[in-house]
Amino acid sequence: MATRNDPVDVVLVGFGWTASILAQELTDAGLQVMAIERGKSRDTVPDFATTHIQDELRYAVRNGLFEEPARETMTFRNSKDQTALPMRHLGSFNPAAGVGGAGVHWNGQCWRFLPSDFVVRTHVEQRYGKDFIPPGMTIQDWGVTYDELEPYYDRFEYVCGISGKAGNLQGTKQPGGNPFEGARRREYPLPPLERSYGTSIFDKAAREAGFQPFPCPAANTSKPYRNPYGVQMGQCTYCGYCEWFGCGNYSKASPQTTILPVLIGKSNFRYKTLCNVTRVNTDASGRRATGVTYVDVNGREFEQPAEIVVLCAFAQHNVHLLLLSGIGKPYDPDSGEGVVGRNYAYQITSSVQVLLNEENLNPFMGAGSLGQGVDEFNGDNFDHGPHGFIGGGYLALWTTGGRPILQQHNVPEGTPKWGAEWKRAMHENYSRSVSIATHGSVMSYRDAYLDLDPTWRDAYGNPLLRLTFDFHRNEHDMSRFLTDRAADIAQAMKPRAMHKKYRDGHYTILPYQTTHNTGGAAMGADPRTSFVNRYLQSWDVPNLFVVGSSVFPQNPGYNPTGTVGALAYWAADAIRTRYLKSPGQPLVRT
Amino acid sequence: MQAWKRSVMWAAMAAAGAFVAPADLGAQGTTFTSIERGKYLVQAGDCAACHTNPGGKPFAGGLPIATPFGTIYSTNITPDRQTGIGKYSVDDLYQAMHRGVRRDGEYLYPAFPYPWFTKITRDDVRAIKAYLDTIEPVQQADRKPELPWPLSMRVVMKGWNTLYFHEGEYRPDTGKSAEWNRGAYLVEGFGHCGACHTDKSVLGGPKRGERLQGGDFGEHWYAPSLAGGLREGLGNWSEQEIVQYLKTGANAHSTAGGPMGDVIRHSTQYLRDDDLKAIAVYLKDLPAPEGARGSDEAKANAAQAYARGKAVYVDNCTGCHMEDGKGLADIFPALAGSSAVQSQNADTLLHIVLAGAAAVKTPEKPTGFRMPAFDWKLGDDDVAAVVNYIRHDWGNRAPDVDSREVAKVRDEVLKAGGASSSGG
Repeated sequence: MATRNDPVDVVLVGFGWTASILAQELTDAGLQVMAIERGKSRDTVPDFATTHIQDELRYAVRNGLFEEPARETMTFRNSKDQTALPMRHLGSFNPAAGVGGAGVHWNGQCWRFLPSDFVVRTHVEQRYGKDFIPPGMTIQDWGVTYDELEPYYDRFEYVCGISGKAGNLQGTKQPGGNPFEGARRREYPLPPLERSYGTSIFDKAAREAGFQPFPCPAANTSKPYRNPYGVQMGQCTYCGYCEWFGCGNYSKASPQTTILPVLIGKSNFRYKTLCNVTRVNTDASGRRATGVTYVDVNGREFEQPAEIVVLCAFAQHNVHLLLLSGIGKPYDPDSGEGVVGRNYAYQITSSVQVLLNEENLNPFMGAGSLGQGVDEFNGDNFDHGPHGFIGGGYLALWTTGGRPILQQHNVPEGTPKWGAEWKRAMHENYSRSVSIATHGSVMSYRDAYLDLDPTWRDAYGNPLLRLTFDFHRNEHDMSRFLTDRAADIAQAMKPRAMHKKYRDGHYTILPYQTTHNTGGAAMGADPRTSFVNRYLQSWDVPNLFVVGSSVFPQNPGYNPTGTVGALAYWAADAIRTRYLKSPGQPLVRT
Repeated sequence: MQAWKRSVMWAAMAAAGAFVAPADLGAQGTTFTSIERGKYLVQAGDCAACHTNPGGKPFAGGLPIATPFGTIYSTNITPDRQTGIGKYSVDDLYQAMHRGVRRDGEYLYPAFPYPWFTKITRDDVRAIKAYLDTIEPVQQADRKPELPWPLSMRVVMKGWNTLYFHEGEYRPDTGKSAEWNRGAYLVEGFGHCGACHTDKSVLGGPKRGERLQGGDFGEHWYAPSLAGGLREGLGNWSEQEIVQYLKTGANAHSTAGGPMGDVIRHSTQYLRDDDLKAIAVYLKDLPAPEGARGSDEAKANAAQAYARGKAVYVDNCTGCHMEDGKGLADIFPALAGSSAVQSQNADTLLHIVLAGAAAVKTPEKPTGFRMPAFDWKLGDDDVAAVVNYIRHDWGNRAPDVDSREVAKVRDEVLKAGGASSSGG
């Protein structure tokens, strides 16, 4: 029997980036807000302090800051004729557990999507014709445009203190920035990070190869910063411990370093930790959410009534919760009908390893988003006609760090995996090698989806989420093309040797590739193909909102956090300025 | 000037017993403006810092205050008639603040800063009473002080008062500006800054002639000099920087944590800019003490003499405080030129290195930066080495500490639960 808590105005499921944004904005609007987080409470000091955080074994190898599969996981298969098995160890992606979510352990690569990404189906059909989209590909427009989101991108970037160089200021191209980006209203809040030797070599080679490289936008501060909430950040020290670690220097944007100092302590905000939300409750009509049910660490069950429910958990977890709660029509891959679990997508990455003649590249002096990028082959920045595939991605040389256990292992092909010969090769190449990354989009498909597993159950007796996904030919072709273009730049570096690491074959849940999972509760203009409308409001249950990358209808060729943040501010603004005027009503009529 | 004269006259009349105030006089002053003024003055006096026990009801007391002689508990100053000061008249309160004597005639212990509050005018006491009368009465009996005999007998304080207590309202120095006098009134009266920033004798009285030249707060916090010295005092701080520090909790020189963070949290952040400016004007007029150490002789080569400390520093401290010891302005405090670093007494430094520290959060600076604890990571020798290094590089000069001092602070601070042992 669940204990019933006092009602609140808004309950947020999860307490990472999106929940922090929603909580800050909605408490400012005077609402009583509660966030419920499954992990622990965490702050820069003591949890990420410089005294101990630079520990690759503890955090990167032993997954110090991630969710624990023993408590929560999902099953996986490549196709629906296979039987899915539970993921017993984290593999190709690393969701977080704990306050701040993955906003604590990300690199800080904070991009905007291209204007054409938001209208991808319309755009592709207009430029290349309807037949250019292969059968089974279920891409769709977002229902929101880049221009509408621009003020909210701007807001998130100024909260985070992004370091970068504008390439397009109000329609005017800016030398040194990304010439392909959508128009931005003003410069980045901070100038780009200092370049590493590696990114300088890349920059020169990319120019020689005819490209227009630029400093990648970074949520690592190039200077001390004070954001619009008054919260201050220190200057990045290039310690090389961003991804998989919290920042001990207050230099990487995270909820802890940008929002929580002004949010926690507000009298109309509370949060609970070590509590797992297991259901979104609805009334008898099924058209109104009444709150959530959660289980604390001691197994006690509570009901938290609320006027508004916002799902702010990791992408798949939002979808899992909707399926467990029986909200929305579950997706059926056979009929193609239903929306919950539909249009799951991932990303496709590859790299080119480059062994250089230069010495002393000192890769250990890095920052999570210290990189130089090339965007000629992202989205529809180039003519896809001759290639026959849709989508693209950026090419970049990142100097994120030179950590010894997992990170900087550029040894020539054929080197043994251990022993004297491996040591000799590591010694010779550690500071004389780089890797060029490609970061490719993945379109949505009829046969890539999320549903409830018929066999496996979690610690609470609920069915696990089942992930059915594989790469398609469109993505393999696109990724191969990107890898070859990265190799063109590598060639211009005049290397001793280089090695193209294509992403071939089936998707596997190992090894690590990217944490950028999207979809399953897509946004859009049509309730038959989307779970939320353009304001991230459920079509079926108007006092339920879903925030985060689970609303992406497909996955563009950039890291998602910039867009996740912009959409969170967009949704918060819609709740404040539209929804609260007529609570319980749909913001979009069909 | 008129207000000053009037208050002096009031005091004189009261002292002579020539004027007996009706018990309900306070009620006459309880207009909105006087309540608001009283609230402001209660903040200026930092009353909540002691009289509100964290987690308890406002002004209901009960906070343990450790003194070298034993533990004293703050009292209930809510208007509850049984356990608070509901029965106090304005005169009763004035007597307590002005003379250190309770309504029942018993002596107060100077943990209650009547040696400073004696300077407060009767007008201001009336406003304070008007405000205190508006807060929620809380029934909560005071706890008895835990003091050894003979200190447990309050009458002993009569002798202490003879030695250390100088009764009397503030008398303006006509040779100084009104602003300076206002600053002096706030610093020497309400602010009771000298309660911490002036060194104490073995009997706990302020040492004569060492006014505001730094003092031991206890619990291994040292309150640095506020006098005009360049190394230990505020000689390098501008008036504007003093205002900024008291208003926001940080300036280019320093960031407030520890007990001073509490003072800013409860008190000075609420003061008006003109009052903060007056405080700054007064403090900047304090002379550098005679024999204040200036750019005195240095060890020939600090970097060499303190090589071990420098190594510890580079490994553990440069990420925030930087190799040049300048920190990041307004974010990570500078160590170069810092008066906290160069104080004769190194307790604050040892405390912070071992247990970490949190910057006070104010509306202007809401971040609350924190320094992690190093107790679990650095041994006594390394702590001594790094502290001695930062006391000697970048032009800094201060006496060396040895590892036994570190061990003592470690033992006492950690025993009190001060460290956050973050490493784990």
